[in-house]
This record gives sequence, C-alpha cells and structure tokens, in this order.
Amino acid sequence: MSWINARRRRPVAGYAALLLGLVVVALLYGSLTRQGGTAQASAPPASQQDITVGKDLFDASCSSCHGLDAQGTSQAPSLVGAGAAAVYFQMSTGRMPAKEVGAENERKPVTFTDQQIYQIADYVASLGGGPAIPTAEQVSTEGANTALGQQLFSANCSQCHGFAGAGGALTYGKDAPPLTQSTPTQIYTAMLTGPESMPVFSDGALSPSAKRDIIAYITQTRVEPNPGGVSLGRTGPITEGLVIWLGGLGFLVLIAMWITVKRRDPRPTGTE
Amino acid sequence: MSDMEETEGHAGSGVPAAPHRVIGTPPPSPRLLGPNALAEGGDGTGEVAEADDAQHIVGLPPDDPRVIVHAKRVERIVAACFTLAFIAGCGFIAAYVGLGVHTVDKTLRSNLALGTSLSVALLALGLGALLWVRHLMPDVEVVEERHELRSEEKDRKAFQEYFKQGTANSQFVKRPLVRRTLMLGTLPLLAAPVVLLRDMGPLPGTSLRHTVWSPGRRLLVYGTNQPLTPAEFSAPGESITIVPEGYTEDLDALAKATVTLIKFRPGELDIPTRTAGGTLIGTMNWTVDNIVAYSRICTHVGCPVGLYEQTTHHLLCPCHQSTFDASTGATVIFGPAPRPLPQLPMTVDSQGYLVARSDFTQPVGPSFWERG
Repeated sequence: MSWINARRRRPVAGYAALLLGLVVVALLYGSLTRQGGTAQASAPPASQQDITVGKDLFDASCSSCHGLDAQGTSQAPSLVGAGAAAVYFQMSTGRMPAKEVGAENERKPVTFTDQQIYQIADYVASLGGGPAIPTAEQVSTEGANTALGQQLFSANCSQCHGFAGAGGALTYGKDAPPLTQSTPTQIYTAMLTGPESMPVFSDGALSPSAKRDIIAYITQTRVEPNPGGVSLGRTGPITEGLVIWLGGLGFLVLIAMWITVKRRDPRPTGTE
Repeated sequence: MSDMEETEGHAGSGVPAAPHRVIGTPPPSPRLLGPNALAEGGDGTGEVAEADDAQHIVGLPPDDPRVIVHAKRVERIVAACFTLAFIAGCGFIAAYVGLGVHTVDKTLRSNLALGTSLSVALLALGLGALLWVRHLMPDVEVVEERHELRSEEKDRKAFQEYFKQGTANSQFVKRPLVRRTLMLGTLPLLAAPVVLLRDMGPLPGTSLRHTVWSPGRRLLVYGTNQPLTPAEFSAPGESITIVPEGYTEDLDALAKATVTLIKFRPGELDIPTRTAGGTLIGTMNWTVDNIVAYSRICTHVGCPVGLYEQTTHHLLCPCHQSTFDASTGATVIFGPAPRPLPQLPMTVDSQGYLVARSDFTQPVGPSFWERG
C-alpha cells in the first residue's frame, strides 16, 4: 500500500487510473461475449423402444411445464405437432430444459446425451407430425451455392442475426443469438421450426437446397480472413464504434491532456 | 502598461485558487502575467525578462546547470524527431516510387509502406514540435491587444476620394454603352447554374406513386425466384422476402416493390378495412388463407423493414426502431413511422400461385411533398 500511497498523487497516477478503467471495461465486455462448441449430429431411425424411453425422459424432465402428454400448460406450449426438429434444436443448443419461463432462452451447456435427445424427439414426433431432424446429407454444404446463400441470408436472416451471423437486438430486450457456434443441423432445424421469435422458413418457401446454401454461407463466413486484423466479433459498427469510443477516443483525450498539461519539475539526473 | 495590468488584475485576483487539481490541468503557478506575478517576482524586470530562455522551471534559476542539461537533452530529442521525420518522408517517396501496385499483394504492401512511413513522418514532426514548445520555448502567456476594427476617419475619407476618382477615370459612368454591354455579357454566365441544376434529372412525376406490381403478377421468393402457392407457404409464423415476377434483377424496381410475406395461424390476422381519401388501403379481402403481404419499405425514411417476430407479430425497422403490428394491418405501435406499411392486394391465379390483385393503392415508402 505504501508503494501506492507514495505514487498516487503523481500526475501519471491519474492517467494510469483512467487507463486501468478502460482496460477493465474492455475485459468485462470481452468476457460477456458468448463462446463454446457443439457436435455434429445425424438422427438414428426411431424404434418403439426409443419412443418409450423418450416418453420416460420427457415425463421426468419436460412434463412439469409442457404437461404429462405434451399437451401444454399455462406455462409452456403444446408440443403436439412440434416435430422432432424442434426438440432437436431446443435441446441440442441447451435452451431446453429452460432455466425459467420466458420469451427467450439462452444457449447453454447440454445436459442430455445425443441419444437421449433423439429419444425425446422420437417421442414428440410420435405424438403427431412436425418436421423431422434432417440427415447429415441434407445439411451437407457439399456443392452448395454460397453466393445464393448470401443473397438469401441478406434478405431473410441478416435483419436479426447481422450480416455475418453475429447476432443482434430484437424488440423489448429480446435478441437474436449469434450463429457462430450453431451446427449445420441446428441452423437447419431452426429454419424449419422457427424457435422463439424467429419466423419459420418451411421447405415450401425455402427449399432444402436453399437452406443448404444459407448454411454454406454462414459456415463460410466463419473462416473468412479478417483483413482489418481483429474481427471484433464481426458485429460491425456496434463493436467497432465501442472500440473507437473507448480505445481511440480515450487515447486521443489522453494525448490532448498530455499536450496541454503544464510542465513539471523535470527532476534532472543527480538530484533527489 | 502597468496601469492596464493594474486594472485587469482585479478580475484575475478575485478568483480564489482551486485547492484540488483535475487530471491534466496545470498546477497553480505564480508565474502568470499580471500584478500577482510581478509582485511575487519582485525583481521589477517583468515577465519577458524572466522567460527569455528555458529556465522557467518552478524554483530553478535559468542558469542552473540542471536546467541547461535538461534543455540540451530536449534539444537532442527534438532534433532526433525531426531527423526521423526526414527519414520517414524519404521512405514515403521511396515506397511510392519503388513499390508496384499491379497485384493485390503488391497493393497491400504498398499501402502498408505508404501509410506507415507517412504516419511516422507526421507523428515525428508533431512530437518534435510539441516537445520543442513544451520544453524549450518560454512558458508565458502572451496578451495581444486588439486594435480598433473601424478605420480612422482620415483613411476612410481618402478611400472614398480614391474610389470616386477611379470610377471617373474608368469612364464607367460616362460611357453607358460599355457599361450596359458588360452587364449583358455577364448575364448568361450568371444564369448558367440554373440550367445546370435543371439538368440534374427529370422530375419524378407520378413514379413515386406506383410500383411495378400489376394485376396477376406473381409473387416470387427473392433469391430463388420461385412462385409460391398458399399450400407451400402454410407453416404458421412463416415469413419470406418477395419480389415481383419479371423484375427480380431490376434493383430500381425492387427498391419500391419488395414485399414481406407473412403467414398467420387462423384467427390471428385481423386487418380492419381502412380507406384514405376514398381509396381502400387495407382489408382482409386482400389476404389469402391468412397470408398477408406488406411493403418492405419503411414509411419513415425507406429502410427495409425485415425483422419479423413470429411470437409478437412485430415488424421492426432496424434503422429507427419503428415497430409495426403485422396482425392488424402493419399499424405503427412504436417509433417515428407516420403510417402503416402499405398492404399489397393479393389473390391466387388459375394455377394456384399467389399473385398481386393490383398495384399498391397508396404510395409506398417515406412521405414526400406532394404525397397528400
């Protein structure tokens, strides 16, 4: 402490405190941006046994909100007709089971195995209809038209998810998540089922091949080089503006203060 | 001189010295101009004599060896900065001459070299000048008196005489033919800007009131250009970007004609019948099977309104957060938009595809002067 006390009244101390504040804000901002990873998937064919196991899992983990026969309650919607794809998206991204009842659930670590998710999906699908989980071939981006994918993404997805899929704000505090960790199957099932606020993009309006083009664009964007150096989450003007305000402008303010400050005792060598 | 300082000094000496310093502000210095400085200096030589060299370090006389050493050191640093600026400037010229720009890689290298050398040169010049000012130049505030702006009466009279004489000598008044033809000669040049401005483009005419939608024109999915049947667009909560058939690549047309197509669950869509100036502008009759088509162009300043939340049926414009309720005819529920998004009259053709019933019945997009 005495070290600090001896120096805290020096003119440099003020700048150091300011710099420290900027660094703390930057670190906080960085730590609040989400990260993680997921696995690729392909659903196995459903058997009656899977459906039975899935029903047991559903009763144990889901029925408190969605009802014992998935018919819905005042807290959560009916899952009859929701389809296996919806179950896969919600559970493989960790959104379900939800921590609390609300309009939005964040991506979080998955507590179920892939097999358990498929079994619950089989059970929900057995209740009637709904889109199925796409196969690995259906979500393959082999030979996909990335340029068309960008066109479709710009027209239908970028309003919420941003031009590079980094996410964005919706109304009344809701937000569209970044697509940086989404697997092709998750992107596909999200388009098929329209989770939360997201509109549905059925195969009728957006053909399976168009969906693959969009997935190709999203995954391609992730590996694009960053000509400017740091990608800043590819969220565009928002983060760039933040960095300019905190970093650039702060730096300029420090420079301006340094230019105008009156000179101090130079403390030449040999004194003190 | 001393009288003036006396009178000015009263205002300055009335301000109490601040006990605390804000970061970056100078420490209280006794060596400001004015009677206080003179009184504390006490040697009667005045501030200019005190500040004639790099000696105004608080508490140290000008001939103190430490001050001289410090000034010498700063002098060398400043000289080094200026030399660095010279080298970087030469480097800039060398990079410009030496590095080609005919491939992407070469251009990148050239840009990097040019930018680095130029910024180093300018920064070194600036830094050198700054150190020079702060450490070598006298640290005194200099007051320069303003002179009276109005010229003296004698000068004004002389100028009037001079002007009159010049006018007479030029015979501008005496020879009206010359004067008038001069004015005639300059007239076309004065009028020229009017002609040039007029050439900026034709007036919009009625083009702001119409789009390329016409009866029977199919609604195509943007990008894939496929027509849609109500059966293909049947999942509740669906939304897609639509362009008119025949104009899928015409960006001028699409700037006005692009449409958002939304599918609702039965019973969710309830568009009241509305008219404006006797023209029908919104009705359930223009929807097909709980599918509705709205203009994608915001009525505020024309941004694309693309953000659709299927749970709340909100259409949000990303530019200024105008929010429209798609389930009640895109009425404005928040933000600066002055009107609902225009609804595209829609029906199905003989093959079951979604088509326009007609053009929009009101101008799409932002307000304009003659919109009415």
